[in-house]
Amino acid sequence: MDPKNGSLNPMNTLLSPLSLNKRRRPKETVIKALLFFCGFFSIFITLAIVYELAKEALLFFQDPEVTLWGFLTGLTWQPKIGQFGVVPLVTATLVTTTIAMMVAIPLGMAVAIYLSEYASTRTRNTVKPIMEVLAGIPTVVYGFFALTFITPTLRSIFGPDVVQIYNTASAGLAMGILILPLIASMTEDALSAVPRSLREGGYSLGATKLEVALRIVVPAAISGISAAIILGISRAIGETMIVAIAAGAGPNLTLNPFESAETMTGYMVRISGGDLSYDSIDYNSIFAIGLLLFVLTFILNIISQRIVRHFREEYE
Amino acid sequence: MKQSPLESKFCENLPARYRTGGIWRSVFIISTLTGIFFLSILLLKIVNDSFGYIAVEYGIAPESLAVDGVPIWELPKEDLVLLLQKNVTPGRFKTLVKELPMEERNRDDILAIIVREVVEPKVAQTWTLAESIFNKQEIVATVQENYPDAELDFKAWLSWDFITSPQSSDPLYAGIRTAILGSLWLMGVAIIFALPIGTGAAIYLEEFAGKGWLNDLIRTNINNLAGVPSIIYGILGLAVFVRAMEPITSGAAFGYGLTSATLNGRTILSGGLTLGLLILPIIIINAQEALRAVPNSLREASYGVGATKWQTVWSHVLPNAIPGIMTGSILAFSRAFGETAPLVVIGASTYIVYDPTSVFSKFTALPIQIYQWTSRPQDEFRNLAAAAILVLLALLLTMNAVAIIIRNRYSRRY
Repeated sequence: MDPKNGSLNPMNTLLSPLSLNKRRRPKETVIKALLFFCGFFSIFITLAIVYELAKEALLFFQDPEVTLWGFLTGLTWQPKIGQFGVVPLVTATLVTTTIAMMVAIPLGMAVAIYLSEYASTRTRNTVKPIMEVLAGIPTVVYGFFALTFITPTLRSIFGPDVVQIYNTASAGLAMGILILPLIASMTEDALSAVPRSLREGGYSLGATKLEVALRIVVPAAISGISAAIILGISRAIGETMIVAIAAGAGPNLTLNPFESAETMTGYMVRISGGDLSYDSIDYNSIFAIGLLLFVLTFILNIISQRIVRHFREEYE
Repeated sequence: MKQSPLESKFCENLPARYRTGGIWRSVFIISTLTGIFFLSILLLKIVNDSFGYIAVEYGIAPESLAVDGVPIWELPKEDLVLLLQKNVTPGRFKTLVKELPMEERNRDDILAIIVREVVEPKVAQTWTLAESIFNKQEIVATVQENYPDAELDFKAWLSWDFITSPQSSDPLYAGIRTAILGSLWLMGVAIIFALPIGTGAAIYLEEFAGKGWLNDLIRTNINNLAGVPSIIYGILGLAVFVRAMEPITSGAAFGYGLTSATLNGRTILSGGLTLGLLILPIIIINAQEALRAVPNSLREASYGVGATKWQTVWSHVLPNAIPGIMTGSILAFSRAFGETAPLVVIGASTYIVYDPTSVFSKFTALPIQIYQWTSRPQDEFRNLAAAAILVLLALLLTMNAVAIIIRNRYSRRY
């Protein structure tokens, strides 16, 4: 080949300076580092939460009047007289959560089964946005609703002597309405993910629609449904404004839903809402309760996520 | 054809099975209707409380203030000033003049002051909208019997005045302007803080991160953070922003409010950053989904012409993911807009009369105001809370509508 002609070949001029070695791109590295920092920031938040909660809670437990055992098993919470037993607050949380789940689980499941198995596309497209609206309403509005509507209704049904102005029943009911759409939409997702072939198999054996829904689809989606329920419980335990408004102030060890009782979150709001001084036992106590709340919800969330992941792998 | 015993048993059972099916079907439908019913009751209750008759009692009957038979509503400005001077203490008049000289005030303003400080209307009782429509006679009778001096007025608690007036301890004049402005400032801080970090984190996780344990940890952690109760973020904000970073969040480090004795970290900056932390995981999760929706063929085409990773992300992936990221972020911010508990915990003030002027201002927010009014035992404050809820819901609905419009308008199907 003539070398003079070779230099005229456009491919040669294009290829000759090109090196196939990886070029160093400092700008790309910097950007990647920045983005990594953004991603890592979330870990930093978790560490900050754990660190702050633990630090202040440790100060709380260092107080001579407080012991860990007394905190977890004590039946009275009266910081003024040095009684730091968290049981009344936990009991109130359990009562409101139980009532909420008694409303939200059956209704939420029924709505989900209806939407996924029975409803026409048109009905589904109308009902789902309504549920989304219900889920998007701020919790303070549900608190207002519990105090000014559910409580008076309960009082007119059971009598004002039985039902106190502030009570855990109204808070629990409002919370149930709040959590209903969450459970309904997560359950509906789980039901819709069940492959069509399973349903067809059921029909071909002569099963009715209900039998297919309850004996084939629901069991097949059970992990997704339990994840939804666990997430709902976690949400109910951490719910704050409804109980702060409607459940009453002042810890009270009772299982009667018509009596007022303060939940863990309600206590935290009441104490921190006032002008409290740092380094007081009250200030430290909200961190101890916060730590308990954080641990509880964290465990529930992790269980829920594990279940969801397991269930995703099953059908994909 | 003869039926086999099994077949006949099947046919015998069939009606019962269909009946059970029908019963359960109606149970499911009724449950769904119950959900819709709750939503309607909730909305009706709020609207019902936002309007209605009120019985107003006056400290001094406005008729007795009439000059030469002309009622105060029709008096010219000069007479109103004289009237004001005559009826308030000299000290109070001086304070009013110091605030703004009488010459610079307009007639309506002076009339409003006279009504507020001299006539002194007080709400004696309130009725709901339903009562006002269906039981008017009864209400009139009650007023005549119980409050002979009172005047019956139809009051729309939700009105333009309500939206534009600052907070006041008198329910007749209380408004939510400071609360709305406070909420907007908070949103501003939260957006500036959370949107870039959230989008950055999503880009890292979707486009750059590999399979390593650290990246898995980040992914799991973000999902967990999304489930942490909002009040926990509140006490984190209290400990970190309000307390530990007080010199920065109170603005003292930048020379703000050095004259103020009540300098502390309970400012818009602290509140906004706390809300930013709260919605960060939601923004990341939504943005990840938006990025995932961009088809791989776009990325590969970009690599094919020799673009680097960042060039691909910046010029091809991001522009296509922006509508999705916007939609997700707006939904996250509407969540933050209604969030109350963290703000109560970091100590938002409830009684703020002046508009916030900087991120170092003390603040109140719309949900805080609703919480405050709801916790008051008097009926008229409940009415104010209901009206404020209507405004809050309207704002949230607008945000959601914008998000949906963006999604429908700009989303492309591949």
